[in-house]
Amino acid sequence: MAKIVVDVMLKPEILDPQGVAVSAALPRLGFTFAKSVRQGKRFEIEIDGEPTPAQLAEVEKAAEKLLANPVIETFTVRVEK
Amino acid sequence: MKVGVVTFPGTLDDRDAARAATHAGTTAVSLWHNDADLKGVDAVILPGGFSYGDYLRCGAISRFAPVMEKIIDAANGGMPLLGICNGFQVLCEAHLLPGALTRNHELHFLCRDQKLEITNNQTAWTSSYKVGQEIVIPLKNGEGSFQCDDATLAALEGEGRIVARYVGENPNGSRNKIAGITNERGNVVGLMPHPEHAIDPLTGPTADGLAFFTSVLNAMVK
Repeated sequence: MAKIVVDVMLKPEILDPQGVAVSAALPRLGFTFAKSVRQGKRFEIEIDGEPTPAQLAEVEKAAEKLLANPVIETFTVRVEK
Repeated sequence: MKVGVVTFPGTLDDRDAARAATHAGTTAVSLWHNDADLKGVDAVILPGGFSYGDYLRCGAISRFAPVMEKIIDAANGGMPLLGICNGFQVLCEAHLLPGALTRNHELHFLCRDQKLEITNNQTAWTSSYKVGQEIVIPLKNGEGSFQCDDATLAALEGEGRIVARYVGENPNGSRNKIAGITNERGNVVGLMPHPEHAIDPLTGPTADGLAFFTSVLNAMVK
């Protein structure tokens, strides 16, 4: 069994108010390391066996069509061991 | 004239939308998300709410509902289609309108009476207004910030496709204070505030929203 991970992030030019709120909360708790924070989504997809290139291409298509909105988001697809 | 009002699981404002359509002198017809049948309607309203619980992204799941396939085909053929609030989000996800609606810039869910300026009265849904007319209708959303890239924004501005703008302070961070837009043809309109809640002073702040629903009647009669 393998796990395919799709990470979805808002494009850099799109305002991320949630990330801004997290970024503002950190120093209130004494964490002063963050210059900025962006918040995204992670999808974990389990499949039987090792993924074939054709399956990965299908996941790319699904990410483009459903998991991410390419108007405002970017995504990456990777296999996690 | 028959106006279809779609109900998705989680839709809230279908009854008010149907009431507004009836008030304007049209016949409201309920459409169910899981039926690939438009029941012979002449126009469709996608009402507000939280379809499919706003899971994934607002409107992202609804966009693939069986009824949407028929609606997208009909809208591409010129049928008047109005998306209000969540309906606007569905229209953007369906790529019938450009851009996307994202989280309000100050993260708060807003619910208030909002002043708008109508900036285009050439659409199927705004012909009963005057350009420059100010109206007050309710605004209630958490993800109403209209975002798009610079080229899209320039095209919307250049082609006069911004239907309404917020007057006064920008409530949600929308680019250029955009409250509503239309497609190139003018038959598809997406609007974040709620005209269907302002059709009768008895139940709304004003009756300013009614003209959206009388506009489509005029558009069909012409």
